[in-house]
Amino acid sequence: MDIRAVAGAMRLSPLGIGRHGLVPNIYDVVVFILIAGVFVLIAHGAREMHGSLKGLDVATITLDARNLPEYALRTTLRMFAAIVASLMFTFVVATLAAKSRKAELVIIPALDILQSVPVLGFLTFTVTFFLGLFPGNVLGAECAAIFAIFTAQAWNMAFSFYQSLRTIPSDLDECSRHFRLSPWLRFWRLEVPFAAPGLIWNTMMSMSGGWFFVVASEAITVGDTTVTLPGIGSWIALAIAREDLGAVALAVATMGLVILGYDQFVFRPIIAWADKFKFEQTAAQERPQSWVYDLIRRTKVLRRLTAPLARLADQLSTVRLPMPKRPRKPMPEWLDRASNLAWLGLVLIATAYALWVIIEYVHSTLGLHEILTAIGLGLLTLTRVVILIALASAVWVPIGVWIGLRPWAAERVQPIAQFLAAFPANVLFPIAVVVIVQLALNPNIWLSPLMVLGTQWYILFNVIAGASAFPTDLREAATLYRLRSPQWWRKVILPGILPYYVTGALTATGGSWNASIVAEVASWGQIKLQAAGIGAYIAEATDAGDYHRVVLGIAVMSIFVITTNRILWRPLYRIAEERYRLN
Amino acid sequence: MDAPVTSRAGVLADTPLVKVDGVSRTYHKGGGNDLLVLQDVSLQLRANEIVSLLGRSGSGKSTLLRIIAGLMPPTRGTVEIDGEKVDGPAAQIAMVFQSFALFPWLTVLQNVEIGLEAQGIAPDERKTRALAAIDLIGLDGFETAYPKELSGGMRQRVGLARALVVHPKVLLMDEPFSALDVLTAETLRTDLLDLWAEKRMPISSILMVTHNIEEAVLMSDRILVFSSNPGRVAAEIRVDLPQPRNRLSPHFRQLVDNIYARMTARQIGRREGNFPGTGIAMVLPDISTNELSGLIEAIAAAPYHGKADLPLIAGTLQMEVDELFPIAETLQLLGFAEVAEGDIRLTDPGMRFANAEVDERKKRFGQLLVANVPLAAHIKRVLDERPTHRALVSRFRDELEDFMSEEFADQTLRGVIQWARYGEVFAYDEDAGVLSLDNPT
Repeated sequence: MDIRAVAGAMRLSPLGIGRHGLVPNIYDVVVFILIAGVFVLIAHGAREMHGSLKGLDVATITLDARNLPEYALRTTLRMFAAIVASLMFTFVVATLAAKSRKAELVIIPALDILQSVPVLGFLTFTVTFFLGLFPGNVLGAECAAIFAIFTAQAWNMAFSFYQSLRTIPSDLDECSRHFRLSPWLRFWRLEVPFAAPGLIWNTMMSMSGGWFFVVASEAITVGDTTVTLPGIGSWIALAIAREDLGAVALAVATMGLVILGYDQFVFRPIIAWADKFKFEQTAAQERPQSWVYDLIRRTKVLRRLTAPLARLADQLSTVRLPMPKRPRKPMPEWLDRASNLAWLGLVLIATAYALWVIIEYVHSTLGLHEILTAIGLGLLTLTRVVILIALASAVWVPIGVWIGLRPWAAERVQPIAQFLAAFPANVLFPIAVVVIVQLALNPNIWLSPLMVLGTQWYILFNVIAGASAFPTDLREAATLYRLRSPQWWRKVILPGILPYYVTGALTATGGSWNASIVAEVASWGQIKLQAAGIGAYIAEATDAGDYHRVVLGIAVMSIFVITTNRILWRPLYRIAEERYRLN
Repeated sequence: MDAPVTSRAGVLADTPLVKVDGVSRTYHKGGGNDLLVLQDVSLQLRANEIVSLLGRSGSGKSTLLRIIAGLMPPTRGTVEIDGEKVDGPAAQIAMVFQSFALFPWLTVLQNVEIGLEAQGIAPDERKTRALAAIDLIGLDGFETAYPKELSGGMRQRVGLARALVVHPKVLLMDEPFSALDVLTAETLRTDLLDLWAEKRMPISSILMVTHNIEEAVLMSDRILVFSSNPGRVAAEIRVDLPQPRNRLSPHFRQLVDNIYARMTARQIGRREGNFPGTGIAMVLPDISTNELSGLIEAIAAAPYHGKADLPLIAGTLQMEVDELFPIAETLQLLGFAEVAEGDIRLTDPGMRFANAEVDERKKRFGQLLVANVPLAAHIKRVLDERPTHRALVSRFRDELEDFMSEEFADQTLRGVIQWARYGEVFAYDEDAGVLSLDNPT
């Protein structure tokens, strides 16, 4: 048998959806129960620790413009801390999943489910939990905020890394084994570089969620206690309470600057630098540009500053850890099978325990009626999400196609669309609420657009990318055969951009579910607007400190998200990838 | 670079550097039918020689190379290097890969250094040795380039430098020139032979896998011809022509012709013997009907008029053995041609096919397909028997997977469906995954 090198086609799929196995298997169910059980235990624990909220020494926020730069800096630092934490998590957990079959069986479904869980609703527990870890200290609240951002990023980063590890080209794998690279050296020379493009892409895609969460998690009200951390999010919360529209506008402008800076000084340089990790055998025509990166490379002083860093990284990767010289003998088959059975047994026992905990917890306070109410509200929110994504698609697909087919327009609009996608929409909510209040509009209808305010841009910039990548020869053929407009849309351009559109719509939908928790309830000073939906249900339960209802609401929403992902988005994504991927 | 002479003198002339003893390798498959890839292979590699493993794809020669390299364990048998049993990648060996296997994110210098880095050699010495190897192999000036900036030939030079820099005793090469264009490959072969002749490489011997007969004759002191299904050493041929060798000399040509004849020697009494498996379990190649009719036409036309010498026609069609053999053997399986002793001869149906019009051709092709390919006949029978004349393709895939790997089952089905579509034996709707007797007209 000829062992041919398999060209590792780089896959940049959103939310780890590209993997095999669309049908939920028994492990999905098992892991779902496990995760829900852990949540219940945390909720239970958080209740016990509630006392630690009292007597917390929190900094007072003032609406003084001079403080704004400091607040912005604090918010940004939280973001950095979360990215570092996510990277650590990714390296450890994804590597474990890729190397150990036993770990994989649990980790992969868990990541899949966790990325569909609206962790925003869980802020209450995490805040109380972390405050319990650092009693009377603000560090607990900081950790909770960082953890919230972490939950917006870690899962799909880990997924992407795991997928890369599983698709390492066989010739490079053989080569590194052949030259006897230690696992540590192999990690830095082969695995991390190969995974870098996908990892960076996924980090970028979750940035929006990250900013959204950091803003939402800085001012948290649990029951009758409010914890505020110095940051833009707290500034906005205060501005809302004081009905200060000017302060809101100031925050919006600051947020814009922060994101712009982040993009120019952090992400662009990283992308330009990471271009060399792309697994391609020929040099690409167009390379990502970054003036900051060029500056670093061209300026002697800056290069001298970064050189020691590079050297340190180099030395770190060649550190020789004491490792067994010979590869371990494979386990005898019976032992292997026995350990698998033992592991399976352990997982099943844990699941049974989790199931018991959940039933006990829900049964003690909530009846069937409450569950049905939650499901009904879930359906309402589902309807909103579906209608809004459809509306957003109807608006942005034609516009995106128009722009994408004109390179000069695409070049200008694409960065703006990406910027808007990264902008945390909850910063803009107060402005929308003022409008609704002033015009006395029906909140059930008019609060809904807030859910897609921040997420619709994913549809736009993916469609632009798809239309830009549409092959010229196919366009020319369509023109030559004089296809008329409806036919052209149906037969030519829509199938052509489908893979891109699905990616965008999928990301937008996921974001919208999460946004519903803060979008279905909005306030302006004393006025409180509320739409009926599962998001409002969770938000309300959080405010009331009703942990049972929070758990129920989150579980219902998770099931909705997971189900729509499995029966709608995954098959669609697969079809789009297999049939409509050009090139 | 160390003086290569000392490393060679260390080995006594009669001690084999590499000793492969009774090595077999089977691949496990779900269905319990293991696939035997290598059967009882024994060989020895001595100091100061270049040995080629020549065979077609599927003859297990690359698998054998990987077993020697310690990248995979043999199912039975042992490999010894320098008298030491191999049970993992050994230090005395370095390998050059068909696909180059360069790390795209490392520069030429960093790629060459990787093996030294793994050995924990200090950065300064690493650099000195890597630069010496780069210099030796003619890559001066490309140290800071990334692989994607290099042409194929330059990339393989990096692969060579990376292998030589660790000062191995044995250099393993896995089809090192097959991913290169003809001119580049020839330059690289010549350069390599020059370095070898001048003893400038720090190695004692070379073991090379190839499917190119001329390449094997050009470079080797010995050629081990592998037969397929399962892979075995079918013949050992000593090449005594002096270096540098001339491809056009009569001796050279005769040797090439001889080897061609050996590689096409018919397995008596088994028309289907060229493909692994029997009956519906036969692993079929995914060969397009255009290639099949193209070869038939080429053989039928002047100057061959129905009978052609395989090396000759391979040359005319600008094809390699690896590409030509499966096509020729598919024609043999279908009954359009006979392959023996390095020749291919069209049968009566083959000649009639060559002279027929499109519709007539399709009809004849369909008839021979059902008559000679058991899987095609089996699918047609199932479709005939069903009242709906439809069947899910997965049904047949499952059936095949009892006998072969998923990958082979896919390939076999692709092949047979393609032929059946051309011969209008049955139709296939890919969206639904349904085979049927419908004729979409």
